[in-house]
Amino acid sequence: MKKHLLALAIAAVAGGASAQANDTVAKAKASGVVTMGVRDSSGALSYTLGDGKYAGYHVEICQRVIANLEKAAGRKLEVKYQPVTSQNRIPLVQNGTVDIECGSTTNNATRQKDVAFLPTTFVEEVRIAVKANSGINSIAQLAGKNVATTTGTTSVQHLRKHERGAGIQFNEIYGKDHAESFLLLESGRADAFVMDGAILAGNIATSKNPADFKLVGEVLSVEPIAIMVRKDDAALKKIGDDTVRELAKSGELAKLWDKWFQQPIPPKNTKVGYAVSESTKAAWANPNDKPMEEYAKK
Amino acid sequence: MTWDWTVFLNDDGSGRTYLQWMFEAWRWTLAVAGASWVIAVLTGALVGTVRTLPNSPWVVRIANAWVELFRNIPILVQLFIWYFVVPRVFPFFQQVPGFLLVVFALGFFTSARIAEQVRAGIQALPRGQRYAGLAMGFTTAQTYRYVILPMAFRIILPPLTSESMNLLKNSSVAFAVSIAELTMFAMQAQEETSRGIEIYLAVTALYAVSAFAVNRVFAFIERRVQIPGFIVAGGTGGH
Repeated sequence: MKKHLLALAIAAVAGGASAQANDTVAKAKASGVVTMGVRDSSGALSYTLGDGKYAGYHVEICQRVIANLEKAAGRKLEVKYQPVTSQNRIPLVQNGTVDIECGSTTNNATRQKDVAFLPTTFVEEVRIAVKANSGINSIAQLAGKNVATTTGTTSVQHLRKHERGAGIQFNEIYGKDHAESFLLLESGRADAFVMDGAILAGNIATSKNPADFKLVGEVLSVEPIAIMVRKDDAALKKIGDDTVRELAKSGELAKLWDKWFQQPIPPKNTKVGYAVSESTKAAWANPNDKPMEEYAKK
Repeated sequence: MTWDWTVFLNDDGSGRTYLQWMFEAWRWTLAVAGASWVIAVLTGALVGTVRTLPNSPWVVRIANAWVELFRNIPILVQLFIWYFVVPRVFPFFQQVPGFLLVVFALGFFTSARIAEQVRAGIQALPRGQRYAGLAMGFTTAQTYRYVILPMAFRIILPPLTSESMNLLKNSSVAFAVSIAELTMFAMQAQEETSRGIEIYLAVTALYAVSAFAVNRVFAFIERRVQIPGFIVAGGTGGH
């Protein structure tokens, strides 16, 4: 908590002085430093190996972008890692503390007012996890049940909106992180856990007894997850767009997916075992930075 | 920095605005803090008094153990134990609502600290007070009721004020066990609306207002129960 508030306070103070930090290429040329925003535990997208080292699918894509940024800046760049959280990532990008954010940020219309996104590299599906023996198979059966989600995520918002359409009422309970939300489901305090499919799959895979849980029901929403850069930073956005398009066209993104989601990854050499979804394949076939709202229209 | 305070008027998807949600969250914060306070003061006064009883070594030891148990474990860990571990060991606790578990966890945690203050307050009184009570023919219970406790509680009012304000602020840990209080509202709503700074500022103001209100209530009580000349400036007790 303290960290978040501190970061917000810094963001609020530095917000006034952000105007001169808009052009990352010029900044990198002058200082020789570029700051990458990373997440400590966003599954295989971005996670820490300890000792200030970070890895993951998005981190690796960002490294490709930065390699092209080096070419544009014409000098070797030192990459600084700045861990960010759900609470502070947007202010930190806006005020120039972070030049390129490589975590697991959903590209939506509200955020596009504040920041810009590279083409979508990962499309997440929000799903429902329940105990295999619970008899719950659809959203309609969640009426009157306790539904867990993690504080500081948007997943339950989709269920809430869905709820109105289907006319069902449920109790929202919040875990303070994904591990605790899963514990709510495991200990019976919650009947369902609503979250991104990859996170649910990861938690189930590492639970004591994976066969006790299953993913059920409709896909609540699809969320384009993308790398975030400053708004009005046209030069870096162009480099990033070109890099992602090139990676998508050459089939490199599919290889990176295989490397991070299908093969054993460090530090524990465990497999996430998450197959690439149709919506992610569609995003690769036709790279774009459309916000979540445009996916919902389909 | 552009402000967007209209974010509080947005619908969160279930038909209520973020403002309504925030006030619901505030009520939860006040409910958790208020209920825990009652438990903390009752238990704290009892345990603190018991620790000063003459000639009852075993009861004193149990009260000492209570204090050490509840003040040596971080509140977040205690909450977790009440919420996830106890129900696994005693299935009965699965039926107990999370709200009650949080209230007892916070109440007992704070009671250990209040017990220390009560003990200190009683021991700050000159020994003669106790003897005076006995000389009047009072039993031990009557000595405490009519002589020792009324004076001790006046002495500890200032630290008790701080402790009560702390309790209100500590209630923010309740978010960790799914109570929909202010801190949880702040973390959740800022993510849903992307207007974290406005949300955190509003929540900060509500915490400050609540804690300051506690402070004013205690200042009022302190003035009302004051006995002129009893607690001398410089804190030498009731000589």
